[in-house]
Amino acid sequence: MAESGNPVPQAASEANYLRFRDDVPADEPAVSLDSFFEQPNAVSVRIEAGDDPEWLIPHLARVKLVEVDFPKFRDGRGFSSARILREAGYTGEIKATGDVLVDLVWFMRRCGFDSFAPEVAIDPAVLEGALNRYPYVYQHAADDAVPIWKLRHG
Amino acid sequence: MYKYDHYDQAMVDARVADFRDQTRRRIAGQMTDDQFKPLRLKNGLYLQLHAYMLRIAIPYGTLDSRQLRKLAHIARTYDRGYGHFTTRQNLQFHWIKLEQAPDILAELAEVEMHCIQTSGESIRNISADHYAGAAADEIIDPRPWAEMLRQMTTFHPEFSYLPRKFKICVIAAEEDRAAMRWHDFGLRIVKNEAGEIGFEVYPGGGMGRTPFIAYKSADFVPQHQIFSYLQAVLRVWNRHARRDNIHKQRMKILVHELGEEEFTRQVEAEFEHIRKLGTDFPQSEYDRIAAYFTPPPFETGLSDEIDRSDPDFAVWVDQQVAAHKAPGYAIANISLKKIGGIGGDITAEQMEVVADLAERYSFDELRVSHVQNLVLPHVRKRDLYAVWQALREAELADANLDLVTDIIACPGLDYCSLANARSIPVAQKIAERFADYDRQQDVGELKIKISGCINACGHHHAGHIGILGVDRKGTENYQLLLGGSGDENTTQAKITGPGFDEDGIVDAVERAIEHYRTIRDPGERFIDTYRRVGMDGFKEAIYG
Repeated sequence: MAESGNPVPQAASEANYLRFRDDVPADEPAVSLDSFFEQPNAVSVRIEAGDDPEWLIPHLARVKLVEVDFPKFRDGRGFSSARILREAGYTGEIKATGDVLVDLVWFMRRCGFDSFAPEVAIDPAVLEGALNRYPYVYQHAADDAVPIWKLRHG
Repeated sequence: MYKYDHYDQAMVDARVADFRDQTRRRIAGQMTDDQFKPLRLKNGLYLQLHAYMLRIAIPYGTLDSRQLRKLAHIARTYDRGYGHFTTRQNLQFHWIKLEQAPDILAELAEVEMHCIQTSGESIRNISADHYAGAAADEIIDPRPWAEMLRQMTTFHPEFSYLPRKFKICVIAAEEDRAAMRWHDFGLRIVKNEAGEIGFEVYPGGGMGRTPFIAYKSADFVPQHQIFSYLQAVLRVWNRHARRDNIHKQRMKILVHELGEEEFTRQVEAEFEHIRKLGTDFPQSEYDRIAAYFTPPPFETGLSDEIDRSDPDFAVWVDQQVAAHKAPGYAIANISLKKIGGIGGDITAEQMEVVADLAERYSFDELRVSHVQNLVLPHVRKRDLYAVWQALREAELADANLDLVTDIIACPGLDYCSLANARSIPVAQKIAERFADYDRQQDVGELKIKISGCINACGHHHAGHIGILGVDRKGTENYQLLLGGSGDENTTQAKITGPGFDEDGIVDAVERAIEHYRTIRDPGERFIDTYRRVGMDGFKEAIYG
């Protein structure tokens, strides 16, 4: 299911949790960046909008879940946070939390987010429309979409 | 000029469908205006004082006749029969009905036009030298790079929710005709000693309430790494800009707070990382796009003679015509600054006349300048008289390019919900005061720029004479500024002193100009005299 691009519904208690991965979710709650460094066994970490995701890079081997918070949808710092983690080779889950609006999800998917826990639930039908609206992309990102310039030249 | 292929067309068509759906949801009450606002703003639709305003992108200010005729059709069908060219080389319609906006987008898509990222906190339409492809002094046509960057910055996933708007400008000549250093990201195409093409990069400029002139962060970024460099700049800004105060989120503020050296250091570190990711476009894609900008088939063996026997025509030629790189050709500027009119405004009928002229006399090409005039870039000198006659018939033959009546003024309180004061009536009064052509000629090059509030859409920071409208205890008040410039010697204008009322500012401008005429050295322009004598050399004449 997830590989086809459809989110896998999670437990009923997490109705707002949309997940585009097939593996088993990390079962411990994400801790703050400071706590993560103090707890050598922690595998889930939360990055607030002002945190520096590069601090995590030396520790990615033990990370299973990174939550990236969007305090307001206008605050786009989290897009760069996800890109930086993916560019560092991180393949675990990156979850967008907070003010995650349906119109952001396409961009977030392209930046490497593969799960979403929005404050306000997203209508699955509207989400499907939003994710499939644009047939192509103009640039490389963290997903495997092939940019138009590459399609043009085979 | 560039033509969409089926990929470009599919993206623009998808945007039309997207916006139609969003508008439908808004009209059906499934969204509040608060929720709709960021979506419509990503598509150039503003709610102004009286109606919706739609801003249409004109990438790097280049248009063809088919597109201009479509704009005329839209003006007639959906607006009040006219449009307004802007300082970003775009076109705005000021009397739009929300329910018709999706239909307008569909009409635009038919002629390869759109409103994508013409507002909101996004990478805006890319501006360029309006003489690109025609100027005698350019190294190479900058528009293929502008088009490449247009594509690469369209729906960029990481940079679609930026701290604020982000404006890019590309030029390729020593002379700066596009106010490049007043942009967030200015590029000048240069050649290095090995003859390779690259970019000088100038980040951190911008007007608004806290003006900064862009500084040079790189002398030479190799041509096929410029998108990596741009992404590095955007990432540093996106990560580190303030997010708590919308007035302090433009990139220029971050550059100022970090300092140029530290900002450059961070950009260079990020650039080292990003350029290894393989996101830059290849030479083959540059070649594909550049092929659309190959010079038109200029005739050879043409005479450079112009028959100047009609004195009115000779006046127009002297003021409106610029040097072209091909012998026998000229660049013809069309003034949209009729005295008593509204700068940048053009009727549907005038658009059609200009479209016809472009098709017949200029290889079907047109340009929009940031000074809100139009350009026929490739006119045979022997056709100039016929062009002028047609322009005169359409009331478009004013000969005031770069003169005191060629004023930039924002829409101001007549239209804009942000404005504190009216701009248009002040521009009209100044133009009427200096309407006498001999007087304009005598004053010479003088760039007056008027903004109706501190957001500076009328570029008052860059005016040889700038005017800023403010609200002073409920009445409109105007500050006078001197010494700004958007050319290759970019400077920021300074406030002269206490402000004036509407008539007072016109008198003050006249006193400044008359003083200049008294003290100028032979051949000196207003800006040269100001630079020689400074503010102190003008103050007494203005305030007495």
